[in-house]
Amino acid sequence: MSRIQTVFDKLKQQQRRALIPFFTAGDPSLELTVPLMHAMAAAGADVIELGVPFSDPMADGPTIQRASERALKLGMSLRGVLAMVAEFRRQDNATPVVLMGYGNPIEAMGWGVFAERCAAVGVDGVLTVDFPPEESSEAFEHLQRHGIDPIFLLAPTTEDARIEQVSRLARGYVYYVSLKGVTGAGNLDLSAIEHKIPQLQKHIKLPIGVGFGIRDAATAQAVAKLCDGVVVGSRIVQEIENSTAKNVIANVGALIKELRLAIDQA
Amino acid sequence: MYNYPDSSGHFGQFGGIYMAETLIPAVEELRVQYLRYQNDPEFKAEFAYELKHYVGRPSPIYHAKNWSDRLGGAQIYLKREDLNHTGAHKINNAIGQALLAKRMGKKRVIAETGAGMHGVATATVAARYGMECVVYMGAEDIQRQSPNVYRMKLLGATVVPVTSGSQTLKDACNEAIRDWVTNVESTFYIFGTAAGPHPYPMMVRDFQCVIGNEARVQMPEMIGRQPDAVIACVGGGSNAIGLFHPYIEDTSVQIIGVEAGGHGIASGQHAAPLTSNSPVGVLHGNKVYLIQDENGQIIETHSISAGLDYPGVGPEHCLLRDIGRAQYVAINDDEALAAFHDLCRFEGIIPALESSHALAHAAKIAPGMSRDKVLLVNLSGRGDKDINTVARLSGIAL
Repeated sequence: MSRIQTVFDKLKQQQRRALIPFFTAGDPSLELTVPLMHAMAAAGADVIELGVPFSDPMADGPTIQRASERALKLGMSLRGVLAMVAEFRRQDNATPVVLMGYGNPIEAMGWGVFAERCAAVGVDGVLTVDFPPEESSEAFEHLQRHGIDPIFLLAPTTEDARIEQVSRLARGYVYYVSLKGVTGAGNLDLSAIEHKIPQLQKHIKLPIGVGFGIRDAATAQAVAKLCDGVVVGSRIVQEIENSTAKNVIANVGALIKELRLAIDQA
Repeated sequence: MYNYPDSSGHFGQFGGIYMAETLIPAVEELRVQYLRYQNDPEFKAEFAYELKHYVGRPSPIYHAKNWSDRLGGAQIYLKREDLNHTGAHKINNAIGQALLAKRMGKKRVIAETGAGMHGVATATVAARYGMECVVYMGAEDIQRQSPNVYRMKLLGATVVPVTSGSQTLKDACNEAIRDWVTNVESTFYIFGTAAGPHPYPMMVRDFQCVIGNEARVQMPEMIGRQPDAVIACVGGGSNAIGLFHPYIEDTSVQIIGVEAGGHGIASGQHAAPLTSNSPVGVLHGNKVYLIQDENGQIIETHSISAGLDYPGVGPEHCLLRDIGRAQYVAINDDEALAAFHDLCRFEGIIPALESSHALAHAAKIAPGMSRDKVLLVNLSGRGDKDINTVARLSGIAL
């Protein structure tokens, strides 16, 4: 059984929701990425979404854009991200790691090589923001062959026929983009999420994670009531941005604990 | 028979709809609406009326005889898109998309712009059809194309400076896409070039094909035959595909696209993905040849002309190169600038720096050809917007 499925099965038994933090690999420094992953797992993260920085992050708001720019300036690359996952796995063989980013760095490496390396280093899922199901047949084939879960996005604008189409391809969990906008946007509409999730659940049997625009413990808790997992990205990246190399691990750990507590009380 | 894109929006391996999920229903809706209206007699009649009475089409073809004589070889003819209302070919496409937006009930339009010509065209049609208009423009481009920024403001548009990344056209595209994903229901994205997610490369090409369709009628009227070659500058490549497409099946006519060679291909500072043999990649919704590093990160490009300063190129140009139907070359900044001055002095026409790349290539090959050969160059825009740039390069403060 995959790490992702194991985690969600266990959470389901415990009637808890998943906490899925996102941050950009290589930010604030190459050395701190793996320690941050361990700190997140220790503080209660169930799945870690590790952002692969890209020069043109079209779906991201200013916070994650800046994180990508910082990471790229430090020389972060897809190869480097894979090496970090390998290092993380030396101490943690249970916490699922999902790589999230844009397709071009993977295209440059080649999907076959990429999927093989993902399997070798212990990546569990891959979410490629700008590769919808229509353009994912090559990616899907390679990821499947190596047992990596393709994670797909669904959006407020996604209607039934497409939800059904995604349900046939998706593995691991499905990521519902909670709002029309970029990551970190401020226009979260809880009633719209509440309305949409049952429509998704008609077709999607996998766990549903919700992300974009979840900015604090209160919104995380409110969203957790409606789905199987809560993805928190920009808020964590902001915490990283506002911390120093000395206190970033402690600050992010404390934030994850706060979110964990809020979600478990949902 | 040449028939691209296929029904899924691919030109061979190029093109596609590489967009985030939120926007997929929007591009699908656009595809459906475009297919519905593209052959609708009422839509076609309104488009034709606007092109004739508002833009001033057909644009003439002019024999640049003085310059041709000086070059001493092939005769250079110019398709005068610079004489269009707003001063470039961009208005053809902006009107087509605005008429579609109107039918789709969209009250707000957005656009990206590099040199500002597409921004001006979009601001113009927004004023004409009573729509709210927001134009995204790189902060560096705002500096080098300031007259166009003020034109857009006069026309009632909001110009948003983009300070991320290289602060040029690609970053303006990123920011426009971010706006679209946020305002997808109210907003029509008037994309400026024959690239982006399907159906844009096809739709923009179709609207721009008025250039080549007119030329196919005008050249036989002027010289009794079609030209030996058609030449156009290629950034995203909308003016080029508009001229080239009607000539694709006429294999007696050579097709030459001219990319921005910047400081030279060898310098690495250019905007010529085809000529530099850049690898295939995915950016802004389509798979194309793309200037990038070995890790798949987009590299900052350089060109003297803001409108060509873009790391990718439209998918149909990628295909035309691969199947050998079109040839792509690069002209560097200095060569383009020399052609700019030549056309000013010998023909009394101030060309856009973008179009000057196409002119420079014609000037390069004409002397090696006999005097009865004919080169048709797309003079895609006028150069008034560039006078600050040219003055600065000449050490003159305006």
